Amino acid sequence: MEFNYADRVLKPGYTSCLGCGEALAMRLVVQACGKNTVFTNATGCSEIFTSRYPTSSWNAPWLHSLFENSAAIASGVFYALKHSGQLEKGVQVVAMGGDGGTADIGLQCLSGAMERGDDILYVCWDNEAYMNTGVQRSGLTPLDADTTTSPQGKKSFGNNRPKKDLPMIMAAHGIPYVGIASMGYYRELAPMVKRILQIRGPKFLQVHVVCPLGWKSDPAKSAEMARLAFETGCYLLYEIIKGEMKAHRAPKDGWKPVEEYLKPQGRFRHLFRSADAAMRITGIQAAAAANIRKYYGDEAVPQFARDAEAKIAEAAKATA
Amino acid sequence: MSKKEILEGAMAVAHAVARCRPDVVAAYPITPQTHISEELSTIIADGELDAEFVKVESEFGAASVVLGASAAGARAYTATSSQGLMLMAEVLWNIAGMRLPVVLACANRSVSAPLSIWCDHQDAESIRDCGVIQIYAEDAQESVDQHIIAFKVAEDRRVLLPMMVNLDGFLLTHVFEPVELPDQEPVDKFLGKFEALYKLDVDNPMSFGCFTEPDKCMEGRWMIHDAQLRSLAVIEEVSANFAKAFGRNSGGLLEEYKSKDAETVLVAKGSICGTIKDVIDELRDKGQKVGLVRVKTFRPFPRQALVKALSGAKRIAVIEKGGSFGSGGIMTPDIKDALYDTSARIPVSGFCVQLGGREITADGIKEIVARVSKGEQVAYEYFGLKPALLPDLVPVD
Repeated sequence: MEFNYADRVLKPGYTSCLGCGEALAMRLVVQACGKNTVFTNATGCSEIFTSRYPTSSWNAPWLHSLFENSAAIASGVFYALKHSGQLEKGVQVVAMGGDGGTADIGLQCLSGAMERGDDILYVCWDNEAYMNTGVQRSGLTPLDADTTTSPQGKKSFGNNRPKKDLPMIMAAHGIPYVGIASMGYYRELAPMVKRILQIRGPKFLQVHVVCPLGWKSDPAKSAEMARLAFETGCYLLYEIIKGEMKAHRAPKDGWKPVEEYLKPQGRFRHLFRSADAAMRITGIQAAAAANIRKYYGDEAVPQFARDAEAKIAEAAKATA
Repeated sequence: MSKKEILEGAMAVAHAVARCRPDVVAAYPITPQTHISEELSTIIADGELDAEFVKVESEFGAASVVLGASAAGARAYTATSSQGLMLMAEVLWNIAGMRLPVVLACANRSVSAPLSIWCDHQDAESIRDCGVIQIYAEDAQESVDQHIIAFKVAEDRRVLLPMMVNLDGFLLTHVFEPVELPDQEPVDKFLGKFEALYKLDVDNPMSFGCFTEPDKCMEGRWMIHDAQLRSLAVIEEVSANFAKAFGRNSGGLLEEYKSKDAETVLVAKGSICGTIKDVIDELRDKGQKVGLVRVKTFRPFPRQALVKALSGAKRIAVIEKGGSFGSGGIMTPDIKDALYDTSARIPVSGFCVQLGGREITADGIKEIVARVSKGEQVAYEYFGLKPALLPDLVPVD
């Protein structure tokens, strides 16, 4: 059997882990962008596993500089191409970075590019921690996740803060496109990206990608895990196109209890070990209920989620 | 024909940069650089220069934007000072490592704390080792000319390194001096159009910024060092060509001012050299054999040229506007290092002056000359400290 990779934007041979959600999503997204694209990449897993000198998987012009400046170097490329007339020939600029490189250390450069109105697409691969450096907590790590810098312990349930709402921060820039996608719905990625690239101006897309190494989940079930994140209301998917919010269609089999998403992941294993910890799961379920209500209306919230909310409210009253 | 005008240093620099026709300019406000970027944005807004002015959110963003623009084949420029240069530092290492011929100006200013907006050289010297070529101007005219020279040297394929023109904050950026702005046509002829050796191109895709394993990284680092050393000859060649085309010796590695037969030779860089030259003229009139070797190119370090210029001296006093806390000077050990390999054993003293814009007068320079001429030798002295402002220090055993 012969394979022809000439049209691939990301050629095979890259060294990502088995079941890497970032690699899967990136391959599909960059293919949808096409070879008429200049890509910039923040330092991180995707940069490392695609560009070990003297090899490179990139079959399109690709620039990596530092951890926190993917958006700014993309702006530089954008203005250079604008000036040389390349944009008129349809060349486009797509910047990429992980959750830490985007939401934490790279937030300033990203905000600058979005605020300036630069016609670039920024894609954030959100695997919810600094995976490349060994699973440290980032601003996009979810509540109660066990990471190497937010470890669970006798006095800790893991990460003590909820996830930063990066898409809403981006939306506050008044840019024409903000979206959250998931590698769980990988078939949706290519048409979505092609549609997004029709929009002129700054565009931000966050893609939920599973890291089996950091999440301590089964590498064979990455796509399934990502779908469960949505189907339990833990990770909501929506688009804000020119200011108009459009939520992803609700799961066809109804919303599921958060345990189904949390239990298969080692990073939440400690939540299933004690009564105190069980209350944390109830808290996560209550937060999921609020998520569902926000985007799908009160009638969409399932009874088990309402029960969790009531239990949390009761506990709050008791401590008050 | 170009003619002399009375211009503010920063304004003159902005117009010189415009004549170099950068495609992309990105800059963030910081005193005392601001007049350069303000004027450039005005020149672009008025349509006098066809370029993209990118309004960035920080100097880190500015450096990153010019990195991306340069990698995409654009002639790119930025300017900064002090804290801004500190914020750029990580990107400047990267620009040098990626061999992108970005040109930038540093309006030299003290680094906080204590906060001071006034001039010294500690900002530029603290990024001494990052691979960016550093040249220093003495006056507004040199600041103008060195920018044109910088684009030519940086883009030379024997070099391909970023290049930083240093001009003393306020002392050069904010003073009005007679300046001759070169006409557009001769600048176009001198520089030519920038053609990147490699660039981000959809028709010829390449990967920029791949990571290396220990078996390959060191060669990449050596190539930066090698390109720096090679640039010495290129700087001399380009500066000579500039002098031929424009009639001014604004570039080069060193200036030797009455130093050939001098017994006491001062070494310095930047605008302080104007004061030093006045002192030398005065002392020469009195029969004292004093001279100055002015360092115009600081990195690469013009070792051979310095040895040649200094080997006849009986004593050397390096006058610096910076230093390395816990060690001493920056240029002083450089000079000693260069002379160590020669048979001459010339006493070298180092004096730190003008930190945070502290005034140095002709009398101060004369005092330094008098002290070393009498045979005094100091390792590195903060010259002119005010004891009344210093706390009572507990002695260390």
